[in-house]
Amino acid sequence: MSTISDPPSGSFQLSMLINDTRYRSYTFQFIALILLILAFAYLGYNLLANLQAAGLNISYQFLGEPAGYDINQTLIPYTSQSSHWQASLVGVLNTLLVAFLGCLMATVIGVIVGVLRLSDNWLIRQLMSVYVEIFRNVPVLIWILIIMAVFIAVLPQPRDFRGDDPEATMFLNAFAFTGRGFYAPAPIFGPGSVAVIAVFLASIAGIFAFRNYAKKALYERGQLIPTFWPSLAIFFLPAITAYFIFGRPITLEYPELRGFNFQGGIFMRNSLIALWFALSIYTAAFIAENVRAGILAVSKGQTEAAASLGLRPGRIMNLVVLPQALRVIIPPLISQYLNLTKNSSLAIAVGYMDLTGTLGGITLNQTGRAIEAIFLLMLFYLAISLAISAIMNVYNNAVKLKER
Amino acid sequence: MSDTHAQSVAFVRDTMLPEQPPPATEAGVIKWMRENLFKGWFNSLLTLLSLYFIYKIVTGAYPWFANGIWTTSSLAECREMLDGMTGACFSVLTERWNQLLFGFQYPSDAYWRPTLAFVLLLVALYPVLYPKAPRQMLTFTAVFPFIAYWLIWGGTLLTPLVILAGFVAGYFAFKQFERQSFSMGMLAGLIATLVVIWAGQILPAALPNFIALEAVESRNLGGFMLNMILGTVCVSLSLPFGILLALGRQSSMPIIKWICVIFIEFIRGVPLITLLFVANVVLAYFFPPGSNIDLVLRVIIMITAFASAYIAEVIRGGLAALPRGQYEAADSLGLDYAQAMRLIILPQALKISIPGIVNVAVGLFKDTTLVAIISMFDLVGMIRGPILASTEWNGVYWELWGFAVFVFFIVCFSISKYSQWLERQLATDHR
Repeated sequence: MSTISDPPSGSFQLSMLINDTRYRSYTFQFIALILLILAFAYLGYNLLANLQAAGLNISYQFLGEPAGYDINQTLIPYTSQSSHWQASLVGVLNTLLVAFLGCLMATVIGVIVGVLRLSDNWLIRQLMSVYVEIFRNVPVLIWILIIMAVFIAVLPQPRDFRGDDPEATMFLNAFAFTGRGFYAPAPIFGPGSVAVIAVFLASIAGIFAFRNYAKKALYERGQLIPTFWPSLAIFFLPAITAYFIFGRPITLEYPELRGFNFQGGIFMRNSLIALWFALSIYTAAFIAENVRAGILAVSKGQTEAAASLGLRPGRIMNLVVLPQALRVIIPPLISQYLNLTKNSSLAIAVGYMDLTGTLGGITLNQTGRAIEAIFLLMLFYLAISLAISAIMNVYNNAVKLKER
Repeated sequence: MSDTHAQSVAFVRDTMLPEQPPPATEAGVIKWMRENLFKGWFNSLLTLLSLYFIYKIVTGAYPWFANGIWTTSSLAECREMLDGMTGACFSVLTERWNQLLFGFQYPSDAYWRPTLAFVLLLVALYPVLYPKAPRQMLTFTAVFPFIAYWLIWGGTLLTPLVILAGFVAGYFAFKQFERQSFSMGMLAGLIATLVVIWAGQILPAALPNFIALEAVESRNLGGFMLNMILGTVCVSLSLPFGILLALGRQSSMPIIKWICVIFIEFIRGVPLITLLFVANVVLAYFFPPGSNIDLVLRVIIMITAFASAYIAEVIRGGLAALPRGQYEAADSLGLDYAQAMRLIILPQALKISIPGIVNVAVGLFKDTTLVAIISMFDLVGMIRGPILASTEWNGVYWELWGFAVFVFFIVCFSISKYSQWLERQLATDHR
């Protein structure tokens, strides 16, 4: 006994726009669209009226004009005569530099702390939770400012390195840690160094090839080939041999004390170091929690099953636990990298010239082009975020559990 | 079996031996230490290293605290009193206490007002945070924002009263029209609220001295009070917006969905500091010419937008985690969208999202310090600006930053502990 009601027939009535579920969503969307357009029109109208009242316009010509300010830490050649565009480019590179260094160090500290939080040692466990809780629960801006203040207050000034009986000495005669910044030897690439670098890169490719081969041998023939020591040998030996064959083309330039300051070598300003440390230590606390959660997420049965198959502890870790833990760890890890990159915009608090400091700081103040500068600034960060999200989606799809 | 050995002497002992105590190394403290501190050479090394580290910290910090001086009026006097000894100069905290809490421009005879507002905040939060509190107290929570506004900003009591009257009118209009449909009720409520507020604004203008407190301008707010104001206001405002955005993103209507997606992804893709720059220098261009919206309000708008996007993502996770059956069950009961969401979906989804929401709230509260960069004088701004730059206290880093760390740690740590407690309270499944 089935009654199939006829679909409502008859002509379309206006009231159906509100009462009929088939059409109601169109009504809502139409209203939303109208409201959105009205809102944008209102904001745009206000913007135009305000710009006219202030005698301004929207133009990006300022990017081509000379910047007229110095930047104290640059990766590419830059003088105060360069354009605002080049200043922004310096800022972009500085942002990427501190983000890259920060991600690297945060990962190392975070993984170590995360693993130690699961250690057998009660004291270490407690210490690590204290570290994680303290750093997670205090704003990163405060950490940046504290570390900057500590650097300036605790580390010696370059002038302390002078004299016959200096108050401070250089580490290994090559590294100087001063309140103004860190000095390290810089490599100088002579003729023939290209060959050495090429050999080095080739040996890195060789390591991957060798590991692939070892894996294949294990999976196909069940043959165990040790990988650790051969990899180490492939990493060092060819490059060092090539280095001596080509007559030691790469030399180091050591920082030297001349006058009141060090000259030569690589110089990292205290603001860069402080920002780098603060961001890494802060983010590492979050990464440690992710790592811990990831390791705990692999059920104990997996370890026991692997052990009952006769695998050794190292192989259990490498072949069973880590691949499963990484699937849990990596997505939040990448989102922490993203956070670190966004937090690096706090550089402006310690005077490190990243993009926020150049384009969003001095350029904005000098030219008064607030709307344009902030628009470009947002666009840059948005591009980075979207790029990283895209990479993350690709990765997630690659490691997704293959279900039926 | 056989009886071969039935009469022979029992080979197996048939009385129990008295229990022996375990070996000294396998019991009590020694066992615990062996298992937890000295298991293997590597663990022992780690233990010794940590002990050394703790020893260094304690011996370094103890004299600093013990010799701390609380009563001088400048760093130079502190150094004189310490006379070369290690010691903290905590007198910067006692001398600048009010500045650290309220900023340096808030009228000093009105300090009781934000203090009272803070105490009332705790009372208002009590029924929200503690599910077993009497439900009638939620009425006070609803009234609290208006009291707090009046206490902190001053002016006539009529201003918040009129706005409150608007909301009350809106509520009754909503109740009146809710029977027709939910959206009808919302529309009627919105219109009633706006009409009453618009009509009522003549009252404070006509009687500016009716039960008035001394008015304080927004730019005079500062210190930790500013962090608290920004944190509580933005978190509570961003919750409803976040729910709407999350529902919008889940919606089957493409235009609404894409508006929400673009908003959320845009906000999440840029650092908060650029949004604060927008509040500082750009947002004013988008208001009607001649209007003068003050900086605190602009900052509140941008931080709320920022937090809404993050809360929307958390709630979307909660919505996605609900089993499909819950949606279908609601449909099969014949509930419409608004009813299904209010009665079935959101209560469960919000419960799942609580840890995430608290994480966002803690993160947001920490991020309120960023306003120091657009030269507002919150706690960090006060320390960085007026206090460290003053001649008396130039160079007192550890004490001031230690205080800032301490304050933020206390607040954020207790919020996260609270959320863990609440999760246990709300766990209705049997595990």
